[in-house]
Amino acid sequence: MIPASFDYVRASSVDEAVEVLADAGEEAKVLSGGQSLLPLLRLRLAYPSVLVDVGRLPELRGVRDEGGHVHIGATTTHDEIIRSPVVRAGCPLVALATATVADPAVRHRGTFGGSMAHADPAGDLPAVAVALDMEFVLRSTTGERVVTATDFFTDYLETALEPGEILTAVRVPKLGEGWGYHYEKFHRTAQAWAIVGVAAAVRVTVSESGARHVAEARVGLTNMGPTPLRATAVESAAVDAELPPVPHATANGSPSTARLPSANGSGPHDTLREAASLADGDTSPTADLHATPDYRRHLARVLTHRALTHAAATV
Amino acid sequence: MTEELDAGIVARQIAESGELGEPARNRHEVGAARRRKEDARLVTGRTRWTDNIQLPGMLYVAFLRSPMAHARVTRVDASPALHRPGVVAAFTGRDLAGEQGSLPCAWPVTEDIVVPAHPPMAVDEVRYAGEAVACVVATDRYRAYDALESIEIDYEPLPAVVDMNAALEDDAPRVHEEGNRAYVWKFGTGDIDAAFRDAPVVVERTFVQQRLIPTAMEPRAVVAQTDGDSFTLHSSTQVPHILRIMLATVTGIPEHKLRVIAPDVGGGFGSKLQVTAEEVLLLLLARRLGKPVKWTESRSEGNLTVHHGRDQIQRLSLAAEADGRLRGLRVDLLADMGAYLMLITPGIPILGAFMFNGIYKMDAYDFTCTGVFTTKMPTDAYRGAGRPEATFAIERLMDELAAELGLDPIEVRRRNWITRDEFPYTTVANMTYDSGDYEAATRKALALFGYDKLRAEQSERRDRRDPVQLGIGVSTYTEMCGLAPSRVLGSLSYGAGGWEYAAVRMLPTGKVEAVTGVSPHGQGHETAWSQIVADALGVPFEDVAVVHGDTAIAHKGMDTYGSRSLAVGGVALVRACDKVREKARHVAAHMLEASAEDIEFSEGTFRVRGTEAGTTIQEIALAVFGAHDLPDGVEASLDSDATFDPDDFSFPHGTHLCAVEVDTETGATSIRSYVAVDDIGKVINPLIVEGQVHGGIAQGIAQALFEEAVYDSEGNLLTTTMADYLLPSAADLPDFVTARTETPATGNPLGVKGVGEAGTIASTPAVVNAVVDALRPYGVRDVPMPCTPERVWRAIQGGAS
Amino acid sequence: MTRITVTVDGVAHEEEVEPRLLLVHLLRDRLGKIGTPVGCDTSNCGACTIMMDGRSVKSCSVLAVQADGSELLTVEGLADGPTWHPMQRAFHEEHALQCGYCTPGMIMAALDLLKDDPDPSDEAIRHGLEGNLCRCTGYSNIVKAVRRGARAMSDQEVTT
Repeated sequence: MIPASFDYVRASSVDEAVEVLADAGEEAKVLSGGQSLLPLLRLRLAYPSVLVDVGRLPELRGVRDEGGHVHIGATTTHDEIIRSPVVRAGCPLVALATATVADPAVRHRGTFGGSMAHADPAGDLPAVAVALDMEFVLRSTTGERVVTATDFFTDYLETALEPGEILTAVRVPKLGEGWGYHYEKFHRTAQAWAIVGVAAAVRVTVSESGARHVAEARVGLTNMGPTPLRATAVESAAVDAELPPVPHATANGSPSTARLPSANGSGPHDTLREAASLADGDTSPTADLHATPDYRRHLARVLTHRALTHAAATV
Repeated sequence: MTEELDAGIVARQIAESGELGEPARNRHEVGAARRRKEDARLVTGRTRWTDNIQLPGMLYVAFLRSPMAHARVTRVDASPALHRPGVVAAFTGRDLAGEQGSLPCAWPVTEDIVVPAHPPMAVDEVRYAGEAVACVVATDRYRAYDALESIEIDYEPLPAVVDMNAALEDDAPRVHEEGNRAYVWKFGTGDIDAAFRDAPVVVERTFVQQRLIPTAMEPRAVVAQTDGDSFTLHSSTQVPHILRIMLATVTGIPEHKLRVIAPDVGGGFGSKLQVTAEEVLLLLLARRLGKPVKWTESRSEGNLTVHHGRDQIQRLSLAAEADGRLRGLRVDLLADMGAYLMLITPGIPILGAFMFNGIYKMDAYDFTCTGVFTTKMPTDAYRGAGRPEATFAIERLMDELAAELGLDPIEVRRRNWITRDEFPYTTVANMTYDSGDYEAATRKALALFGYDKLRAEQSERRDRRDPVQLGIGVSTYTEMCGLAPSRVLGSLSYGAGGWEYAAVRMLPTGKVEAVTGVSPHGQGHETAWSQIVADALGVPFEDVAVVHGDTAIAHKGMDTYGSRSLAVGGVALVRACDKVREKARHVAAHMLEASAEDIEFSEGTFRVRGTEAGTTIQEIALAVFGAHDLPDGVEASLDSDATFDPDDFSFPHGTHLCAVEVDTETGATSIRSYVAVDDIGKVINPLIVEGQVHGGIAQGIAQALFEEAVYDSEGNLLTTTMADYLLPSAADLPDFVTARTETPATGNPLGVKGVGEAGTIASTPAVVNAVVDALRPYGVRDVPMPCTPERVWRAIQGGAS
Repeated sequence: MTRITVTVDGVAHEEEVEPRLLLVHLLRDRLGKIGTPVGCDTSNCGACTIMMDGRSVKSCSVLAVQADGSELLTVEGLADGPTWHPMQRAFHEEHALQCGYCTPGMIMAALDLLKDDPDPSDEAIRHGLEGNLCRCTGYSNIVKAVRRGARAMSDQEVTT
């Protein structure tokens, strides 16, 4: 299918972009990589009056280490994120989750900021954003403001971005030493959206006897409600949970004995499993073609346990 | 680009590599793994897809489609679209009502079948979401599409009819005035009541064959043009010949004024075995406007309006002795026709009627099929067409029977299948299976699969309550293909025959054009047919060009579907070659001054028996072209044609084994190994055969695990895009282990059976049997298709409770 | 209308385009590059995959205006005269295509994955091709072809 007509402005600076957006009002849309927007335009599910293309602005692109956080320019592509040594060192969870987004060709064009601004609760990156307390830098003609991830995602496909405002960058606070990471994505085919996803970061302490415990945990949930969710109850309950002595290999995808925790979780798994069983609290998953809310709740519990286990095993 | 040029490139590259399936000297072409001639244009981007055609003055068509499943069209006005830029014309169903006719159904399976009128563009009432209600013709596709939004249309909603059982209730809303029951078709043999009376074991199950969207990668496209006298239609179709006849009948354009061309066609799988609304309408638009017109569907348009496949509810009862031997089978089908009967819609489930008994012996069989109208896209042929549904039913039942009796599923099959020395064997469904060796195929499959070892692992995982359970699925299938003996089609009320046509033209330089009535769309007939001709006439493989898919140059044929091209069309080609050779033999005798009876033919040379004196077929072709010295009464042509009408179907068979790991915590399934041993008779090109098997297995797995066309209760299709209708990618499928056994078909001189549908027919039950097998310790007896993670998980919850 | 320049398979083009024109339609309808087909609306099928400035993109999900100034490579630009690219040959040799509709995109996606991993495992190939759907082959032969093409390319040190 074919997009409806729209005007097009290729912004030569962020200032110009926000000026054009301010003039154009609510019918204007920002175009970055276009990988979420183009299908919507082609299916005529979106009728923007004007597209403001920010895809070529160097000031919006790239990754920097800024000490306490990693600065990710909004138009940095998924592919650049996966390859970025700064991301891999400073916020590896971002790289892990980004590698599961769509497919290689889409990752070449699709951008980090674009995925965030699209705010699809089935998207993989918003859950990482809430888990890591990312900060979103928004710019308009009236200036710049910074909002937290939980404030940024306001509803299904809705964000704190006001008309005339663009997302220029995201700051990802570094968690420091001793953390392990995992993004557990559950989907029916490799290119399908997540039915449920769990972004987990776990800080592990190792006692002198070699026992491993959870010191701190972060959990973000994909597709468990109209916005990405932070599973704070899991995070609190997981603290001090004993971890298995032998690290599991980390992997996504199809099941295989080697990758799975044991069946009934007796012994040291219990606390972690009990914590994970809180994952669906305060969630409101929807029903769609691929899953009912009940099943999503069940998956959230199972996958949270796996995500925490795998994350801890990487430390 | 010409085919000759590309064939030349291929030949050069083949020669360079020195390993590309070229048979050793004096070896036959038939049986060699020749690389395909077709590939030259396909890997370089020089393919002739219908959408690639651009003609001077061409106009572009877009269709406005009903957003409602069932509604009266109370007002429609296309004229506002005429004011949009670039718009040349716009029409509604009412504008075209006088000339558009009704889309044909060629298979009225019973005397009293309800065949409703099927206007290509809806006039007063729409009966499925996506039905065309108006169209715009404009100077480019963007503008045509834009102008659709200006068309004014009002609908008065009518109740949707979505569920087949509900549709058959007395007070159900009606899709058509005549009611929702299209037909009831019955068939039976033996004493079915006796078979069930006092039967020690009866297995009763209801299986649902979910609705599928065939999803050929190339979306449909149509180009129609006229010079004021005659018409040419390019279409992405599997059936140019059938299409020509049907379009002539529907539009009133005389058959001899209508040329239909299927250029390169990007897959079909049955979905392009159809006479579509758009083909009719494009011809009408070309006639009205006098300009070439083109329409190319979008994928979401295609998901709505390319005919769907499967969609049956199967109520099944199987009676058996205590030792597992079968007594009888009752089959009661509800088959969803959708809103109309299209080309062979009603016949699809009937094609399965003769396959529910599979490879097994039993005493009695009873089959009833009720065709049901709903407000959904019509169903029609999809890879296997009736036979996958039947094979699924019997192969699932055999596994259920084995579970009931505590027998190994292989053993229960062994106790029932036709043994190798029982062929030819007439089944309970009155089919005579000419050949086969189920033991051999099964033995080979079990060995390749490592059956015993996997069973041991399964048992070990069960014992330790591994959250990842292992299931093993068996499918020992057969199918009837080589559609079809014309007498059988006639007896089943089909509107045409099942013969095939071929012609061979000997060119003066000794090259050969083989004309075939089949219409390949990805299979590789240009290559396989060249191999057949090369052997039959003793000419080099490279010297054969295969001509097809254009009714002006391959004027006669019944096209490609039902695994028929080789088993019927290939045999016609052999016969045509025989005639060429026979003509050439008489010329050779004259040239060699011998009696025709003394002429032998071998490897392209005619020799006088017992002498070295000989002349090649190429020399004869040149001599015939010159015609300076032909024997009396011999025409100056070696060209010959032939038709072949098989006496019976052919019956490929095989054993497919699938191992599936099921994550019982999430319900996720993963195919760990897949072994397919197929017996498709003699093989012309093993590479092409393997490719057909691979692709077939992938589509069968996809039915088992991934695909489903979903309508909501209001009749809206929810799976209109590939983001919703899930197709497996390379990352979602395993490698396949394939092998063959070979019992030649006895019904044709090539000994071939057909392979286009075998993989699809066999694989779906193998996969589902494996999923269910994994979960038997949880009390699970079935998982509905597709076996999504949620369904698997729910089955475990339900079975365990 | 917006004026853009693109280089397609080595040929420079300057075009006036509507902003909404999809790159694949620029290629097919305006520039005659019909080797790149369209298979879906949602960037799932990958049939339209081409290289844009050296990396794979789905040309149905890029606006022509976004490609302004880019270097594009389509399947039509791979062969060197009558000599096919090793990956084209590998697809032919391994019977990695049937109807061939997915093939242009599949070949481009294969070449892209080799840029990061010149000697990929089967699993890497399968994942690298997850954005390209084929309905005919069941993928086994495509995986073999990519392996074969990779070997041939490293033997010949062919780069694209």
